[in-house]
Amino acid sequence: MKFITAIILTALLSFAFGLFTVLPWWSFAVTSFIIAAAIHQKAGKAFLAAFIAVFLLWAILVFIIDNANQHLLSVKVATILPLGGSSFALILLTAFIGGLVAGLSALTGSYLRKH
Amino acid sequence: MRIVPLIISATATTALIVVLNMQLPVGTGKTPRLGYFLSPQQGFWQNAEPADLSFDKNISIKGINANADVYFDDRLVPHIYANNDTDAYFIQGYLHAKFRLWQMEFQTSIAAGRLSEIIGEDGLKTDKYFRRLGMVYGAEQSLKALETNPETKAATDAYTNGVNAYISALKENELPFEFKLLDYKPELWSNLKTALFLKFMSFDLTGQGDDDLWMTNTRNYLGYDTFKKLFPERADSLDPIIPKGTGFDKPSIAVKIPANADSVYFHKNDQGITATPPIIPNKNNGSNNWAVSGAKTKSGKPILCSDPHLGLNLPSLWYEMQITTPTHNTYGASFPGAPAIIIGFTDSIAWGVTNAGRDVKDFYDIKFRDTTMQEYWFNNEWKKAEFRTETIRIKNKPDDVETIAMTVFGPVMYDHSYKSRNEDGRYYAVRWTAHDPSNELFTFYQLNRAKNYNDYVAAILPYQCPGQNFVFASVSGDIAIRQQGKFVAKWKHQGDFVQPGTDSTYMWKGFIPASENPQMENPLRSFVSSANQMAVDSTYPYYLGRSGNFPVYRGYLINRKLSSMDNITPEDMERMQTDNYNVVAEFTRPFLLKYLDETKLNSEEKKYLDLLKTWNLRNDIQEKGSTVYKVFWDSCYKQTYSDEYGKSKLPLYWPEQVTFVEALLKDSAYAFADDINTVDIKETWKDVVLAAFHKACKTLQKASNEHKLEWGVFKDTYVNHLLKIPALSRLHLPIGGGGEMINATTANHGPSWRMIVHLTDKVQAFAVYPGGQSGNPGSKYYDTFIDSWVEGRYYSVLFLKKQEAESNSRIKWHFSFVKA
Repeated sequence: MKFITAIILTALLSFAFGLFTVLPWWSFAVTSFIIAAAIHQKAGKAFLAAFIAVFLLWAILVFIIDNANQHLLSVKVATILPLGGSSFALILLTAFIGGLVAGLSALTGSYLRKH
Repeated sequence: MRIVPLIISATATTALIVVLNMQLPVGTGKTPRLGYFLSPQQGFWQNAEPADLSFDKNISIKGINANADVYFDDRLVPHIYANNDTDAYFIQGYLHAKFRLWQMEFQTSIAAGRLSEIIGEDGLKTDKYFRRLGMVYGAEQSLKALETNPETKAATDAYTNGVNAYISALKENELPFEFKLLDYKPELWSNLKTALFLKFMSFDLTGQGDDDLWMTNTRNYLGYDTFKKLFPERADSLDPIIPKGTGFDKPSIAVKIPANADSVYFHKNDQGITATPPIIPNKNNGSNNWAVSGAKTKSGKPILCSDPHLGLNLPSLWYEMQITTPTHNTYGASFPGAPAIIIGFTDSIAWGVTNAGRDVKDFYDIKFRDTTMQEYWFNNEWKKAEFRTETIRIKNKPDDVETIAMTVFGPVMYDHSYKSRNEDGRYYAVRWTAHDPSNELFTFYQLNRAKNYNDYVAAILPYQCPGQNFVFASVSGDIAIRQQGKFVAKWKHQGDFVQPGTDSTYMWKGFIPASENPQMENPLRSFVSSANQMAVDSTYPYYLGRSGNFPVYRGYLINRKLSSMDNITPEDMERMQTDNYNVVAEFTRPFLLKYLDETKLNSEEKKYLDLLKTWNLRNDIQEKGSTVYKVFWDSCYKQTYSDEYGKSKLPLYWPEQVTFVEALLKDSAYAFADDINTVDIKETWKDVVLAAFHKACKTLQKASNEHKLEWGVFKDTYVNHLLKIPALSRLHLPIGGGGEMINATTANHGPSWRMIVHLTDKVQAFAVYPGGQSGNPGSKYYDTFIDSWVEGRYYSVLFLKKQEAESNSRIKWHFSFVKA
């Protein structure tokens, strides 16, 4: 139950703080950290919950954007980066980076609390 | 708390964020800040515009005097309806910023010599060049003139306020894509930036003046006599803008060649100085324009055509729009970066421009007392130099400071700290009309409001730089053309080479009064035209600049076609603007074939010869003969001159194409056909052509193996993103044409705005440009028009009154500006 709650809250706060574009892009690292500290789980679980939360959040967000955009920009960026012009690879990379930052932050948050 | 894992984990998290938050070096460039760039809510994903995005908007805004409306049509062309002129320019600035902010910022950064602030050290070479050329100095001078005139001041102030209203309200996630990619932010706009942008156009279109340095090298290398033969005065095939034999009034300024020119300027018997400019604008910058009167059209009303040829870039240099206020109703192509319409039409008249190509930039050899450059020798005394400091800020590096000596001629562009490539340690000052105060915007401002021929003349008379051929047609039936600019009253060959700068002998003696500039109104032949050729025949009393700066064949062909045409319709004009007929090949193919000894060709080579023989002389995309001709022709040219030029290490000018054409056609015993490296053999055209064909066939074989024999594939036209990033560019475009064709589309250069205006009582127009209305690579309007442009299709332009716009079926969106 904690695991699911952590996922939902991490995703929600990441999204909500992301709406404030005056904040740095990594604001979700802070919220993920706080939630992991507040809802205490074992380190591995804390990491996984935050990773899944932001991975899915970012994947869904960019998937929606990319579809509405008919992949016009993602193909170009995936050529520049370079990912062989694959929108799918770019979406995965985006989501993975978001997940990884959130996961590590949550890991840190979980270590903050005593066992 | 578990201290050790906590510290490790916290460090790892921080390190990851730090790395994702910085630009990492890759090859010669840098990545964006990846975490930021990929962030769905802030990064580039925010620029991925929904394909079905609605541009409807109500915006409450400070800075306008009354409510105003903008209607966007299905091509995202805005039609502005404002109650007064300043509101219209405010909105124009706002829309330019909304759709083209990054390019405005980027192009003016280049003009201001501030590229290094954006991309770091790699920009320094470009920055130094523009700073030392005096671009900022020139823009400051122009700004003074612009702000002295109350009308252009009001228009530019309003425009700047409009741009800044957009920038100030811009959120982080809405930053244009390229800002995110390169990781920087726009600064506020200013009138100076508008002046810088216009100055950049002056640079681009008068850059041929830089050739003084190269020409000087060329003359020194070849020796004066050989040089004269390879660079003749003017081409026989020239058909000038003002027909031959028109006659001109006595000049008001008597120009006299200095008495010592033979020795100290032409260096007829000795070597002169040498130098090399690091950057030269694209020599192909050119354009076509023409107008036919009602006597030649089916409707009995004039038709005006204009297609400026420029570098092909994305986002496009042009932004299409309509501006309607109580004072004027104008449609056409605008420059993101400046108010008003630059090429277009009103409900009464139409105008277009081509580059005049006149030489208005000269270099002078300055003698300084010592390397401190405090004093220079001028008119028999040491004269104190002034100094101008230019500080170039470099991203992540200390500033570079350029101290530029200012002389009576102008800034000393090349000195011991900024040497020309051959580093001869000389000092060269540049005199350029773009350094003089001038207000080009006022001309366009007035053209936007012109109702008839007199208004047109009044509008263009004050125009200074870059000199243009302004073509004109009106609903009332007039057609006209004028070459207008601030042109130097030069003696013959003044400014072809670097001039002595130790006294006033070689200084410019005056400017040609506008009334003596070439012009023509309602001529008997019922058409006017220009295509960058020399404007006048040899009876014109002033020197225009060296003939190599004036291409010959497009103008010739346009005049030949227009002379024979009658009952012209806009469709005929579309076909003509996109015509791929190769008139140079028409002239030269018979001679190439005459001199080529077929019996000495192998069977493979004969196949290419057959392609050439059966070719229809059109550079259409599927033509293989066109490719054979091009490769063969280039090979002949090289074969003829490479022996003369082979030993130079300096960059030199080779003879003009027209010089070579006329030699081939008229001089069967051309001296330069001989290979000077073979002592006892005297080669003729036959030897040149045969050797050239053998070589050409090797190139053609290679092209054939790569399936690149068809002209469109061989030429391989592309429209380049301003950052030269292939993914943001449009590559491999199947479009025909070429340098000397009316459709002057080369690999990355060509018709940047094709416009045809039919001056019927209700003006009709057809236009297309190789770009799209949105500068955002994530928008479907980024490159919308390119395919039409490639295929030679035009859009029928919507030129609407406000009531019509409200109900027109092609109007898709309404953007309402409400006074706050």
